[in-house]
Amino acid sequence: MAQQYKSWKDLPIGAVVPGGTCYLNKTGTWRVSKPVLDRSKCTKCLLCWIYCPDVAIAFDEENIGIDYDYCKGCGICANECPVGAIKMVEEVESQ
Amino acid sequence: MMEQLTRSGNEAAALGAKLSRAEVIAAYPITPSTFIVEYLAQYIADGELKAKLINVESEHSAMSACIGASLAGARTFTATSSQGLALMHEMLHWAVGARTPVVMAVGNRALAPPWNLYANHQDSIAQRDTGWIEFYCENNQEVLDTIIQAYKVAEDKRVLLPAMVCLDGFILTHTRERVDVPPQDAVDEYLPPYRPEHFVIDFDRPLTENVIVTPAWYMEYQYQLEVAMRNAREVIREANRDFAKKFNRDWGGLVDSYFMEDAEVAIMAMGTIAGTARVAVREMRKAGHKVGLIKLRAFRPFPIEEIRKLGSQLKVLAVIDRNCVFGSGGASCIEAQSALYSIPNRPKVLGFIAGLGGKDVGVESIKYILNKALKVSETGRVEREVEWVNLVGGE
Ligand code: SF4
Ligand code: SF4
Repeated sequence: MAQQYKSWKDLPIGAVVPGGTCYLNKTGTWRVSKPVLDRSKCTKCLLCWIYCPDVAIAFDEENIGIDYDYCKGCGICANECPVGAIKMVEEVESQ
Repeated sequence: MMEQLTRSGNEAAALGAKLSRAEVIAAYPITPSTFIVEYLAQYIADGELKAKLINVESEHSAMSACIGASLAGARTFTATSSQGLALMHEMLHWAVGARTPVVMAVGNRALAPPWNLYANHQDSIAQRDTGWIEFYCENNQEVLDTIIQAYKVAEDKRVLLPAMVCLDGFILTHTRERVDVPPQDAVDEYLPPYRPEHFVIDFDRPLTENVIVTPAWYMEYQYQLEVAMRNAREVIREANRDFAKKFNRDWGGLVDSYFMEDAEVAIMAMGTIAGTARVAVREMRKAGHKVGLIKLRAFRPFPIEEIRKLGSQLKVLAVIDRNCVFGSGGASCIEAQSALYSIPNRPKVLGFIAGLGGKDVGVESIKYILNKALKVSETGRVEREVEWVNLVGGE
């Protein structure tokens, strides 16, 4: 929650805030292991995009990518990828 | 012209919701409150009520649908009992935190096992800490009137909390008595349409409802609820005063007192037991005893000020509960003890558990309790703090 509130009196009633505020909350820091994509194997089938519960798979005409600002490292994409293009790597190892 | 007919408690509840112009009704049937929604479905089918009725697969979904509709700005209504209310529990918290002023009729019924369909307050008492306002009714007229008042209170900007209106299963839900149905235009004047200012679902102005809150702010959100519930006390008094002025029926606000002016010993009760207690008090007054009745109309918020004021003149307060906080006595008795503890001349408080699962609580039972209380007022000695009344085999 942003720091503009000085008191409980300022909090928006019912915890209702403008839409899209979750973009401000970068939850990628919660991650312990991280999906790493091997583009040479990826067929761009987008199953990972469908399954990702955090909408952390980004894609355009050319490429598939992982948005590490929001990816929580659940590993669902790696599990669902039919060609094994995503591998889960311990966050510490990858740094 | 006021319409006067006999109505069951269920019909009175449905009429209350209809007169309040509920816009979305979502419910799942359960005895003894099923008829409430059946009546409302009939009103909608007959074109008497313009509302959307949502058939759902469980009470959990019923409350979820009401919350969603309320967030969209609709006045919402539902009804349930017993196991159904228990199944709603998670969403009851949700309705409070989301500040949706849903109104719900609860046909009070015992919880299983063993299976029992009859009057017991355990179902709604078990929801005490969800943050819902809780009213308990003595008769069918009060049911109708209290539903209208409940919207007035729940939707007030100082409150914005959901409210349940409780009526004893079968004793009220299935019993017909005279109910005066106030004219629609008068109710419309008393209760204007619900126009939430704090939020409303609007596709052109997207909102995030129920954001995640860190430990830095969760407690502050809980305090907002605490303030809302405290505010509800005065708002209930006001809503009752305004109602009495307009419709000529005064239900007392948070409590209704009877023969309390010079009472030394009083009985406190909720729901239909209060009606029986009136007869017992009247008869014992005739016999020369200074006894009175405190009818607890709002259990949540608990009327701390009223109980302190009335309690300070008493020698003994006997509290009847149609529920049990196992190991500690009745819920309203514990609340009364807690409210009275810090006043200088507090009365002795005696707890009585009675009428569980629809067991009859007659005038004789109330007189038995009052006589016990009178004895304690003479001797000053409390032998038993909590007593189960009419228990087969005794304690
Ligand atoms: S690990 Fe989980 S959160 Fe991260 S991209 Fe894969 S599916 Fe999404
Ligand atoms: S599931 Fe695998 S192959 Fe399909 S788009 Fe995602 S990474 Fe590529």
